[in-house]
Amino acid sequence: MEKTRNNRAWFMVLPVVALVAFSAVLPLMTVVNYSVQDTFGNNVFFWAGTEWFTQVLESERMHDALWRQFLFSAVILAIEVPLGVAVALCMPKKGFWASVCLVLMALPLLIPWNVVGTIWQVFGRVDIGLLGWTLANLGVDYNYTQNPLDAWITVVVMDVWHWTSLVVLLAYAGLQSIPQAYYQAARIDQASRWKVFRYIELPKMKGVLLIAVLLRFMDSFMIYTEPFVVTGGGPGTATTFLSIDLVKMALGQFDLGPAAAFSLMYFLVILLLSWVFYTVMTNSDKAGKGA
Amino acid sequence: MKIGNFLVVTLYILFLMLPIYWLLNMSFKPNSEILGGITFFPRNFTVQNYVTIFTDPSWYMGYVNSILYVAMNTVISLAVALPAAYAFSRYSFLGDKHLFFWLLTNRMAPPAVFALPFFQLYSSVGLFDTHIAVALAHCLFNVPLAVWILEGFMRGVPKEIDETAYIDGYSWPRFFVKIFMPLIASGIGVAAFFCFMFSWVELLLSRTLTTVDAKPIAATMTRTVSASGLDWGLLAAAGVLTIIPGALVVFFVRNYIAKGFALGRV
Repeated sequence: MEKTRNNRAWFMVLPVVALVAFSAVLPLMTVVNYSVQDTFGNNVFFWAGTEWFTQVLESERMHDALWRQFLFSAVILAIEVPLGVAVALCMPKKGFWASVCLVLMALPLLIPWNVVGTIWQVFGRVDIGLLGWTLANLGVDYNYTQNPLDAWITVVVMDVWHWTSLVVLLAYAGLQSIPQAYYQAARIDQASRWKVFRYIELPKMKGVLLIAVLLRFMDSFMIYTEPFVVTGGGPGTATTFLSIDLVKMALGQFDLGPAAAFSLMYFLVILLLSWVFYTVMTNSDKAGKGA
Repeated sequence: MKIGNFLVVTLYILFLMLPIYWLLNMSFKPNSEILGGITFFPRNFTVQNYVTIFTDPSWYMGYVNSILYVAMNTVISLAVALPAAYAFSRYSFLGDKHLFFWLLTNRMAPPAVFALPFFQLYSSVGLFDTHIAVALAHCLFNVPLAVWILEGFMRGVPKEIDETAYIDGYSWPRFFVKIFMPLIASGIGVAAFFCFMFSWVELLLSRTLTTVDAKPIAATMTRTVSASGLDWGLLAAAGVLTIIPGALVVFFVRNYIAKGFALGRV
């Protein structure tokens, strides 16, 4: 659509800017403030320069959390994206059953995140949970509160359970937009199922899949509530991801300086990712217009 | 439908439903049965857990609090997002792209970064432990979300409609309310649903900003830990009740749910 040039449109945007500035810019400035100052209590602050930044950048704890975070995001993406696409390809195309599938699949997405944690905390317990009990009866030595690997598997399976449907929904929406004529042409050319997927469905889904990957990457990058409820970051620090570590530091130990420096760097990473996301989004908008 | 496809979809849905079934199953059992061993259906069927929640104010007020701040947040978010989304979809103005991007960064900002500064900000203005504090805090991610979703829907409305209305002598506010809003009614519904949902599922900020008076149900659930151990049945019942609002309304937005999760861009 051709947009009219009109700077007075700013007046319509003003309420949003004011509100978000109050709830985002103001708090963020507090963080910036803390990140360059130190205190001995009593609200007396003095300049600390980049001390906190170097401290955080050099700390083992931060490196470990960051490394765990990247590993976690990589693992869940590697599982959720192929699984989501596969399920979307298998879904009924339209009609009553398509609606039923959509509603049932969306259900985990609408559950409060700490309840998701609670569900899996219970589900995985050996004494009262279906999953833990079944595994124990099959002779698997499974205990997510003691064994780091089991804790990891539980958190990953929980995330797959929670968010794969997002990929399914987006991929399904992408598939719906493919005109029937494409499939008919493929049938005339006697294309195999794989070739239909590779040369028709995948290119048409590219835009939504990129959005799905970026959304999942970013949301998994700031995951907090679910693993916190299930494992509390443990055993030890096995499932302490970036957000969990940050909250521990800021609200648990009240180490304001390092926590603030940590926050800012965390935020910069997210900013960079958002920029990639935005570019992809606006590019796929343009591509959509061309088609 | 091919048998293979059917199998994949069924297995996937089964995988999704099993943990929910287990929670539901547990919520109808007394604690003695839960701890006594695995039973696939409640032998001693009881609704005592639900009765406890609905009769104890410290429990049901958790739901009331949650619903209050979620509703406030949805109203605020939509009220400010509607004109802004219109501006983004119709006009180009100084810094529009940067502004749109800046909004997105707030949707992507980790709540953990904001937990502590929010705590101090709302304490210093005397809003700590009030519903409006949580509602405003959730605007951080819900306002950008609403703007993005609404902009996606508004772009689908041809501009000729605006022009025709002006020629017919409609003032802008009258045009917006009488003609434009009905045209994007589904978009407003979807945006409201997503504001509601993301505010409802969030815990970190709502827990940090409240202690007693505005404590959300999600935080109340930690209360089930007591001297006598965890009250599993009660915990399960409380969990089931938090799933219900989403499950009730998801049917109405099923065709737009992908659009909502993709911030209006599918």
